[in-house]
Amino acid sequence: MEFSFTDEQTMIFDTAEAFLGEVAEMASIRKSMETGVGYDPSAWDRLCQEMYWQAILIPEDNEGLGLGAVEVVGILERMGKKLYNGPFASSAAVTLALAKWGSSDQKSAYFARLMSGESATIAVIDQARAWSAEAVSAHALQTDEGLRISGKYRFVQHGHTANLILVAARMPGTSGAEGIGLFLIDADAEGVIRNRVPTMDQTRPLAEVQLESVLVQPEQCIGCVGNSAQALTQLLDVQAILITAEQLGGAQASLDMTVDYLQDRVQFGRTIASFQAVKHKCADMMLKVEASRSIVYYAACVIDEWLAGRYDANQLAEAASMAKAYSSDAFFFVAGCGIQLFGGVGITEEYDIQLYFKRAKATETFLGGGAEHRERVAQMLLAGEC
Amino acid sequence: MKLSFSAEDEQFRNEVAEWMANNLCGEFEPIRFRGGPGDEHSFVEERKAWEQKLAEGGWTAIGWPKEYGGRGASIEQQVIFNEEYARAGGPGRVGHIGETLTGPTLIAFGSEAQKAKYLPGIRAGKELWCQGYSEPSAGSDLANVKTKAHFDETQGKWVLNGQKVWTSLAHESEFCFVIARTDPASKGQKGLGFFLVRMDQPGVTIRPIPQLTGTSEFNEVFFDDAVCGADDIVGEPGGGWKVAMGLLGFERGVSTLGQQMLFQSELDEVVRIAKRNGAADDPAIRQRLADAHIGLRIMRYNSMRMMSGGEDGSLQKEAMIYKLYWSSWHRNLGKLAMDVLGPEAELLEGEPYELNRLQSLFLFTRADTIYGGTNQIQRNLIAERALGMPREPRGAN
Repeated sequence: MEFSFTDEQTMIFDTAEAFLGEVAEMASIRKSMETGVGYDPSAWDRLCQEMYWQAILIPEDNEGLGLGAVEVVGILERMGKKLYNGPFASSAAVTLALAKWGSSDQKSAYFARLMSGESATIAVIDQARAWSAEAVSAHALQTDEGLRISGKYRFVQHGHTANLILVAARMPGTSGAEGIGLFLIDADAEGVIRNRVPTMDQTRPLAEVQLESVLVQPEQCIGCVGNSAQALTQLLDVQAILITAEQLGGAQASLDMTVDYLQDRVQFGRTIASFQAVKHKCADMMLKVEASRSIVYYAACVIDEWLAGRYDANQLAEAASMAKAYSSDAFFFVAGCGIQLFGGVGITEEYDIQLYFKRAKATETFLGGGAEHRERVAQMLLAGEC
Repeated sequence: MKLSFSAEDEQFRNEVAEWMANNLCGEFEPIRFRGGPGDEHSFVEERKAWEQKLAEGGWTAIGWPKEYGGRGASIEQQVIFNEEYARAGGPGRVGHIGETLTGPTLIAFGSEAQKAKYLPGIRAGKELWCQGYSEPSAGSDLANVKTKAHFDETQGKWVLNGQKVWTSLAHESEFCFVIARTDPASKGQKGLGFFLVRMDQPGVTIRPIPQLTGTSEFNEVFFDDAVCGADDIVGEPGGGWKVAMGLLGFERGVSTLGQQMLFQSELDEVVRIAKRNGAADDPAIRQRLADAHIGLRIMRYNSMRMMSGGEDGSLQKEAMIYKLYWSSWHRNLGKLAMDVLGPEAELLEGEPYELNRLQSLFLFTRADTIYGGTNQIQRNLIAERALGMPREPRGAN
């Protein structure tokens, strides 16, 4: 048991901070959020080609760096600080799915593409309010040429630009958690239609993806066709944990920029940072940031343990729901307090705190908010599973 | 950063579990799960005997260096010990102040003579300590202590006069560490000394403070020409503040893990009752139960971060939030326990004022957010020391 970062990890994170400082200044984030792509493709290329971040989770046997979720979470935390808007988190989740369930052929094929700079994302639900195997509505039909998938997906992170989309679909005549399959499809395959949708958080592009009888071959199936509900749940848990790392970074940045502002702003002949009502609010904000940090780092370790087969799906589920419940609420609290403490300028377009506030709500509702994940923890707790 | 323990550590875990199973039984059976905060008045004699039993097995002061009778246990091993101790139902440790506060403070700041004189008694579980910090006019403003110490040349001893308050276990302890003013003209953090004082002497009077729980964990302690030896001052006269603050650093260390195991058993009880009486069907209660579970797990990782960091007792960010975090969590658990019990929360175990464990938890946790630095003081400290915000202005006097 060791609950601090190694020197190597610290070095990776320092480098990440420096790199993001260069490519993800707020001016360039704001500029790219106005574009159709929604992020800066040249920064993404550098991230893949110079920093090799897409290789972090890929084993050395596949010419990756052979590192783990802890490294990815540390980088995502720093991306969250900057409101970085590229497709790193969703690509990492797909990489982890391949690492866990992919065949060796799938690994060598897809890992090479990911390391070359292609991005990946995950598509699960359409009209449902919550992400789950039960909510999967897209259908897979067995035809002479192979399986053909049809259906619509909403809330697909970077779905309009991703090269690979990991989709969930159900086999004919199934319902609930039965008959779920996971398929990795090429975004430019015939029958794939995708459109970016306008979002309240301009730094987090979402798309709708429509599949019209898209043909998939057996080598595109991840895990066991028709029996992947548990895998899907685990995948969503992994994705949720990765998002909590971005939430942590966003909360830290919201706190930092708020305190900086308070130290400058003078009213009644003193900085407003000197008022106890203000200080105490900031102390509460910091408490939530640090508590969020503890559970996010724990959850990152759990991904690595799960990947290695030492932790089971229940432990992953518990970690994901604990982290998602706490970090979602913490980020929203901190960003909300931030706007309040900034005062009038907090609600202007010019100041950045509003972007963090929007990011907080966007990452909270995505993959389930505090109440939903607490209910899941309650079920486990009352069933004696955690 | 990793969660798994080494094979060597797992072996250590088995060793602890086995020892606890073989020893926390028979005459010690009644004290299992007893004597925690709010229950410190129960089974004191049995728990004193247990302390010595632990010492015989080499399970006191395991984190101290070997040269002082400890095991030089690693942080991992201390975590494991605390977990297994609590899992087995190990009672509240009457020796915890000496082991976790006095000991580390003497090891860091004490003279060789002081270490030789005091550490063995703590290590053996035979000499208990209490803490003489707060005073009627020095609560949150600890530096405002008025208790005075002067060196009496004829006796060759330090002589103490004044009053301490909120001293837990004072009536059970052999010794007290006391902050007192060595320079009568001084104010604030300057001019203080850190003294090691024997409790059983004519100049020391202890008066229990009846609390809202009907029990008296806390005491007032009066020093009227109480004495301690010329070499019973830690550090220099006037340098007591540094020692006192160093000690508070140790207070946020590994001892917190044992506390969390107690919290876990309290939460387990609340969950059990909620399942039994139907409270667990209420979505609002379910949310709060889950929140409590998540909160406690976070507390665990907070302290693991805290312990994996610097070993000098210096405060990192995660340590700065620790007190505010756990006291608020525990207070909320007390309230949740009553809400889970519903109307039964009102019914006592017996006359005259016998509380059950959860009622006691509910009432006593109101002290948690006050002692050891109130939540308001904690927020000041976080804002000022961790976030660099301006310090509170001080009054003229």
